[in-house]
Amino acid sequence: MTTPSTVETTTINIDGEDVDVPKGTNVIEAVKLVGKGKEVPHYCYHPKLSIAGNCRMCLVEMGMPMRDRATGEAILDEDGTQKIGWMPKPTIGCATNVSPGMHIKTDSPMVKESRNGITEFLLTNHPLDCPICDQAGECRLQEFSAEHGRGYSRFIEQKNVKPKRTRLGPRVMLDDERCILCSRCIRFSKEIAKDDVLGFVDRGTYSTLTCYPGKELENNYSLNTVDICPVGALTSTDFRFKMRVWFLKKINSICTESSVGANTVVWSREGKIYRVTPRRNDFVNDTWMTDSGRALFKSIESDGRLTHYTIDGVPKTIDETVQAAVGFLKSGKVALIGSAQSSVEEQFFHKLIAQHCNATVFLVGHTGEGDGILLSEDRTPNLRGALLNGLIAKIPEQNLNTLAEKIKTGEIDTLFVVNEDITQFGISDELLSKVKIIYQGVHANQTSRVAQIVYPSLSVFEKDGSFVNQNFRLQKFNTAVPGPQGVQADVLTLESTVANLVGEKPTKPLIRQMWEQISATVKHFNGLSWQQINDQGIELDPTPFLELPFVETKNLKFDPIAFQEKHAVGSQNKN
Amino acid sequence: MELKEHRLIFKHIDEPEYTNDIDCYLKHGGYEQLKKAFSMEPEAICAEVLESGVRGRGGAGFPAGMKWKFLDRKSGKPIYLICNADESEPGTFKDRQIIHQDPHQLIEGMMCTAYATQAKLAFIYIRGEFFEGHKILERAIEEARKKKFVGENILDSDYSCDIIIHRGAGAYICGEETGLIESLEGNRANPRIKPPYFPAALGLYQCPTIVNNVETLCDVKHIVEMGGKKFSEIGTPGNTGTRIWCVSGHVQKPGYYEFPCSAVTLGQLIYDVCGGLKPGRTLKAVIPGGSSSKILRADERFTGKLKDGTEFDWGIEDIPMDFDSLAAVGSMSGSGGVIVMDDTTDMVEALANINYFYAHESCGQCTPCREGVPWMRKVTQRMLNGEAREEDADLLKDIADQIAGRTICAFGEAASWPVQSFIVKFKDEFVEKARIQAALRKEGKPTAPETTLI
Repeated sequence: MTTPSTVETTTINIDGEDVDVPKGTNVIEAVKLVGKGKEVPHYCYHPKLSIAGNCRMCLVEMGMPMRDRATGEAILDEDGTQKIGWMPKPTIGCATNVSPGMHIKTDSPMVKESRNGITEFLLTNHPLDCPICDQAGECRLQEFSAEHGRGYSRFIEQKNVKPKRTRLGPRVMLDDERCILCSRCIRFSKEIAKDDVLGFVDRGTYSTLTCYPGKELENNYSLNTVDICPVGALTSTDFRFKMRVWFLKKINSICTESSVGANTVVWSREGKIYRVTPRRNDFVNDTWMTDSGRALFKSIESDGRLTHYTIDGVPKTIDETVQAAVGFLKSGKVALIGSAQSSVEEQFFHKLIAQHCNATVFLVGHTGEGDGILLSEDRTPNLRGALLNGLIAKIPEQNLNTLAEKIKTGEIDTLFVVNEDITQFGISDELLSKVKIIYQGVHANQTSRVAQIVYPSLSVFEKDGSFVNQNFRLQKFNTAVPGPQGVQADVLTLESTVANLVGEKPTKPLIRQMWEQISATVKHFNGLSWQQINDQGIELDPTPFLELPFVETKNLKFDPIAFQEKHAVGSQNKN
Repeated sequence: MELKEHRLIFKHIDEPEYTNDIDCYLKHGGYEQLKKAFSMEPEAICAEVLESGVRGRGGAGFPAGMKWKFLDRKSGKPIYLICNADESEPGTFKDRQIIHQDPHQLIEGMMCTAYATQAKLAFIYIRGEFFEGHKILERAIEEARKKKFVGENILDSDYSCDIIIHRGAGAYICGEETGLIESLEGNRANPRIKPPYFPAALGLYQCPTIVNNVETLCDVKHIVEMGGKKFSEIGTPGNTGTRIWCVSGHVQKPGYYEFPCSAVTLGQLIYDVCGGLKPGRTLKAVIPGGSSSKILRADERFTGKLKDGTEFDWGIEDIPMDFDSLAAVGSMSGSGGVIVMDDTTDMVEALANINYFYAHESCGQCTPCREGVPWMRKVTQRMLNGEAREEDADLLKDIADQIAGRTICAFGEAASWPVQSFIVKFKDEFVEKARIQAALRKEGKPTAPETTLI
């Protein structure tokens, strides 16, 4: 669990009201913290990037308590309060850190006038093509122009002409006329993606964003530049011209690409996903995610989806299929090949199935090269969940050779396979013919084709559940779009399988009821409930697993050595 | 009446037999002050400079001694000295003369400063267009290096400091000190945000850095020579030393003239020193400190209070040429570029010319300057093209007001002050322009002049 750390605070005065804000925050963040609908508008400032101070939208009035230069004594007003020395010019909020006694005006005539001026300037050379611009609806320039602009134009001169369609990379398109030269994308590429490919050429009002000669914006984080672009200058070639953002429904989800578990928002309309964007979580992914993670939703529309509960390839009702599966499980010598792609809840039921039919549990690890940022070596989202659930006890191997041996010797004759094409991991066709298979998965593959019983699965976008990421942070995802017709959530199928195994009636529990069961029976989830898991996730205690050789190396929010040290110390303290 | 110049920095400029090589410089007592400086404690030189009250000659007029005092010496980081030789303010042409004709004076001044501030390395950032100046300086530094005035173990002491010359690539903004530093580091010359990037603490390569103008650094040599107190006796308190006034425009004898601060009035400078206006012309306006300073109208009365409390009531010709007086009348002495305009000047055209320059030179980093200044340029250009509107004057003033004080660097002010002052003082001409053009249009005649300055 996260413990609120004690932060030193500074008292400042915002629009006449004294407030406590953490020491060292800048004025933009301080005003945001105070809430009450107050906001300092800004374009170039981004909380996770260096300060550029170039848009000048966040100008505020600042004053400090006056002191006598010679004696250092406070100069008092007639009514006995300390006099405030207001700066003659407005200052930018992004580069102004709070200091004790600082006074800020966010709404004075001077501030309003400044914002008005900046807005007018930004619009002089802006094409004003909102009707055909993808950013419309989520455009800072559009929003602030409505809020702070004058509403009519005094600009009767020719606008600058710049390139409208520059391909910056395979996934990003640039409209130079819309660009307000805030340099967020440049700073992101340099500071976060560590791929310094963007820069400005030319000078003054003709400044133009471009890639360095012979380079492209093609790194796996390029689409983040589209997210942080405050205007419609950078657009995603995939999302461009597809859908108006105000039609889209936003659902919080978790990226399944790797054990990082980036927090995401899934944008859909009428059951179709249009894009996936990162959601801010300072413990997990800040405000970023990989391009490859964003593309994962495409697979749910593929022709290879499993859409029916089948027995020997013939579609059956769910009940019939479950009955048949239970028959297999009861009579056979069972092995369960679990998955680190499954949610915590599914793994819980897998574990129950394994318990009830004395199955040996296998799990295949999936690893790949990490990039040190937000793509970790472990390419499954929920290996920690499997450990916490007790489904497995150690880091899985990346093959099923032991299982192959056991099939050969006849120790195993029935397999419950979750989401894994076991033919890829050492189970030959000959061995496949020796076993009965129950397959549960999203897509058809070599294994599902020979399986006697198939449970179609819902993808992460079509169900509720939770994952535990590399930092042992329990995070939940929600149903963004409905799954294929007739396919029910995996947990329900599994629950009914378990119920049938033990001869009870399936109860079709809600996910929060499942969690009551999970927290009561799994010690590592003890005391948790579904409602408790908020959008930022919950940090679980990793100490029982610290000795395990996890494959992740250092990345943006995970440092294996620091993680070990932190929690090793923590566990000592507890003792 | 001819006024006698008091040449300090320009002592040898334009002397027929004076050459810019080191032998000639040594013959005239060159590098004696460097030897004197090396016999002093560095802190003592800093104290002398502070006492001299010498103010920066680059434009802002900030006391150089104070600037040195702000150096962050506790950080343990090396200190750098940069000579700002990116002289590009329209109307200013003093530094070029020093570099061309007396480069060793600059080098001596720089090495005195380097020693006083204990700089590790010194740079001269020279304007890209000064091809010849660059060559001359390179040669002069090599000569000085051979004689141990620059480089390793200067004058056989423990102190070493070399000078590196860096040529700009033709951008006005490189004269802004943080823009200069960015450029010197190899980046686009985008000025840095202050705070936190004050050069005295986080300058070149994030180390404490001193950036001084060519003339200011030359002054250091003379301060070492005569002592801070003696130097401060030239001119008036707060306006010490001499200034080189670069007079251009509609005068008989344009050129550079060196006088102690306050020694001449604007009227004396124009009529006595520069030979007055061309026959039959009358004075219309003067820009007293480079194109970015606010224009002064000839028939204005300037009244107010000086810093020391004395009240004044001046016509344009009575204004003493120094920092404080020019500031008191609402302009500035800036870099000393006095631009004189007589009654033949079309103020719209003059402003269009200035706007063209600033729009071209805006670095484009921050919004008000990037978008506002070209807008002003487009407006004045359109007015010249025969499509002036009566409301353009107010529009121009409004745009300028939206720029000044809201930009990262002082360029915003530099570009908006001319517009603000032109409109305030010559609004009638801007409105008249629109009326004349409207009348011409009615008659079916062309509204734009056949040729313009720009």
